[in-house]
Amino acid sequence: MGNKQTVFTHEQLEAYQDNPFRQRIAQVFSEDGDGHMTLNNFLDMFSVMSEMAPRDLKAYYAFKIYDFNNDDYICTWDLEQTVTKLTRGELSAEEVALVCEKVLDEADGDHDGRLSLEDFQNMILRAPDFLSTFHIRI
Amino acid sequence: MAQPLAFVLDVPETPGDQGQEPSPYDESEVHDSFHQLIQEQSRWVAEEGLELQQREPGAPGSGHETLLGPEGAPVHSTATLRILASMPSRTIGRSRGAIISQYYNRTVRLRRRSSRPLLGDVVTRSARPSIRLYDLELDPAAQEVEEKRNLLVRELQGLSPAQRDHMLRGMPLSLAEKRGLREKSQTPRGRRRGQPGRGGLFSCCSRLRYACVLALHRLGLALLSGLHALTPWRYALKRIGGQFGSSVLSYFLFLKTLVAFNALLLLPLLAFVVGVQAAFPPDPGPGPRPACTGLELLTGAGCFTHTVMYYGYYSNATLNQPCGHPLEGGQCRPRAGGLPYNMPLAYLFTVGVAFFITCITLVYSMAHAFGESYRVGSTSGVHAITVFCSWDYKVTQRRASRLQHDNIRTRLKELLAEWQLRQSTRSVFGRLQQVAVLGLVWLLCLGTVLGCAAAVHAFSELMLQDPVAAGQEVALLALPLVVCLLNLGVPYLYRCLAALEPHDSPVLEVYVAVCRNLVLKMVTLGVLCYHWLGRRVGALQDQCWEDFVGQELYRFVVLDFLFMLLDTLFGELVWRVISEKKTKTRRKPEFDIARNVLELIYGQTLTWLGVLFSPLLPAVQIVKLLLLFQVKKTSLLANCQAPRRPWLASHMSTVFLSLLCFPSFLGAAVFLCCAVWQVKPSSMCGPFRSLDTMYGAGTAWVHHLEAAGPRLSWLPWVHRHLVENTFFIFLLSALLLAVIYFNIQVVRGQRKVICLLKEQISHVSAHLPPLGTHLGDSSSAHLLARPQPPPPLCGLGC
Repeated sequence: MGNKQTVFTHEQLEAYQDNPFRQRIAQVFSEDGDGHMTLNNFLDMFSVMSEMAPRDLKAYYAFKIYDFNNDDYICTWDLEQTVTKLTRGELSAEEVALVCEKVLDEADGDHDGRLSLEDFQNMILRAPDFLSTFHIRI
Repeated sequence: MAQPLAFVLDVPETPGDQGQEPSPYDESEVHDSFHQLIQEQSRWVAEEGLELQQREPGAPGSGHETLLGPEGAPVHSTATLRILASMPSRTIGRSRGAIISQYYNRTVRLRRRSSRPLLGDVVTRSARPSIRLYDLELDPAAQEVEEKRNLLVRELQGLSPAQRDHMLRGMPLSLAEKRGLREKSQTPRGRRRGQPGRGGLFSCCSRLRYACVLALHRLGLALLSGLHALTPWRYALKRIGGQFGSSVLSYFLFLKTLVAFNALLLLPLLAFVVGVQAAFPPDPGPGPRPACTGLELLTGAGCFTHTVMYYGYYSNATLNQPCGHPLEGGQCRPRAGGLPYNMPLAYLFTVGVAFFITCITLVYSMAHAFGESYRVGSTSGVHAITVFCSWDYKVTQRRASRLQHDNIRTRLKELLAEWQLRQSTRSVFGRLQQVAVLGLVWLLCLGTVLGCAAAVHAFSELMLQDPVAAGQEVALLALPLVVCLLNLGVPYLYRCLAALEPHDSPVLEVYVAVCRNLVLKMVTLGVLCYHWLGRRVGALQDQCWEDFVGQELYRFVVLDFLFMLLDTLFGELVWRVISEKKTKTRRKPEFDIARNVLELIYGQTLTWLGVLFSPLLPAVQIVKLLLLFQVKKTSLLANCQAPRRPWLASHMSTVFLSLLCFPSFLGAAVFLCCAVWQVKPSSMCGPFRSLDTMYGAGTAWVHHLEAAGPRLSWLPWVHRHLVENTFFIFLLSALLLAVIYFNIQVVRGQRKVICLLKEQISHVSAHLPPLGTHLGDSSSAHLLARPQPPPPLCGLGC
């Protein structure tokens, strides 16, 4: 990675991780929200994605990552983006819509058509795998 | 579904009215942040009077117009805010959370805005309050951040250091801020120690002290990082996780756990049994010692026979006995100051204590894993969990992440297909057919198990009939060979049979396969245990049967390892080569996690069965596991691909640990108890040769203590009334059952509470959308909150 740089562009980070959410990760953890991370942001990212980070902290940042339009709610459009990125666009539009509908059915506790942070955290509580998948091994 | 509940809220009009129970609005010192939140909102409402849309009282049909303040957040009246503050979601220990989230939102917004050009210079007092907000917020915001920070620091100072660290770790703030908060919130006493002396000049002593402290600190950090680097197989595990994901990694982590368990078992044995006996070797028996050929590594007999490896080597007397003490015949060595060491007692106690420690550790890790991985109501919500929790961030290779994409896509398609299938009802005939096929397959599998058990029994009886001559030790390998062949071949048969049955859920398929393989292995081991303790003892009356059983178990462990290597070679390497040459698709064989883990559990069961008769067997198992790790890792990286089926890694780890505990360890413990309490030890070898049962050594010691004097009389009393008396054990079992029943009821109650709360949330949001708009209206002020009695049915899926 080079130890003389202090700011990493998201192209450099891309080479390190083949992750469909890499741009979102960079945006969430960077200071100015457009993907340029300083060393402190980099440390923050690895601290949150490490084994020792508590579940609520990880859930908080996972929520921010999946909230594509940064409106503090995961709405249907955010869900569609997530599912498309997860499957690399190989599901048809009806299937994506059906999956989003089922996700909202299952996780939306207050039935406002979108997931708030509390809904997300409540759903994460029921998923014991989350801690092991939302983890980057150093 | 439940009947709709009627919700009515009661709001006292006057602000000075005290409610039935104090709401957080009143407890300003605890929920300080909400007090401030409410004040700010009220201030905004007062300032931004232009933005408010006045609702006409007595116009109920005016629709749901939300009052919008700056930034689009709804602005509420004071009464509304009070109600909101008293909602359960905000009152449950949320003061800290509120401060933290508010602080974080402010700092993030401030940070984001500070990088953009200041609008206050460009835009003068415009009529749009949203732009004026920049002006308003930029200057007082910094002050408020400082206030919030001080609030947080004060909260943190009130906690113990461990709690403080825990809380800091959970805060969604950047590392630099956390560091600042931690420095500020350290106790003044701790900081004063670090301050320089009076006058500002460093004295010589304090400089030396600081140098020492810094050096120690640096050494501590170096040790910590060295320890992290020393974690065994760290790089290998990272590579495996990166290429294959969490599911395959769980197999290797389980292997690591088994190495730890074996080390835990081996250490007391080495220290108290093997080491001591090796220091005081007994007199060599009559006859020449057999020469060492290479066959001992396989059979365990030959020149391994009269060594510390097996039970027969250990003496039945007190070692290092100083002369002149008239105890039961020991070796009298004229050495002053030596401790007499009662070998039979040490042997019995060490094996017992090692098993007990293993049991406690196993039960604790199993309970911990259960606590981590099972949640009430975790079976529902599978779509949401697949979308949000199934992408494994550990995976770094391009090819592996492509595989993950495929897996998730397949999983989502399967879920949708399952759901659509469930929508369509199946005919009665179809369901009958399904049940019939399932029943037939299960019958076939159980029949196979019985057949294997009969075959093993017959073969062992055959081995008993013609005893093996001294030079024909290869024939001893026959029984282990037969058992290993059965264990290798029958799972493949099960896989073929499973292809016949209709599978609705892939996870259930895996569990069923694990169950069948486990039944086969445990039944085979049961037959073998009966053969050893029941039949071999009788056949080898005048010889050392414990040595024989120890050697048998050694042979089983070694041959199991060899067959695992063969399986890896043929199942993975050869299959990959064939599939690459014959078929054009480069489809690598999948790594079968369930079967490999069951093999590990089987090997560990053999070790636990054999510990009593061969104290060094855990060492053999450790060596085997270390070699197996390297072989499996190499084969995996070269030949295999990740399983296509989705894998609930954490659930399966819990299942593996509980399988290790329940059939495996429990069976070994039962075998040990039978061997210690029921079987007569052989009369010509071993530490228990003059006794009726192995436990007789303990009883003899207790009698000896009774004779020793009145001061230790409580120990014999404990022994007589608690250990020998079965009533105490029944009492313990009854207590355990009561605790289990209590826990089951607690879980049921929690499930019911979750259902109720979910219903309440959905009803509140359905009947009062969005909360706050109606409440500002005086006509709706007299609403009473009283939930109806709980709905009668609340199934698991709710």
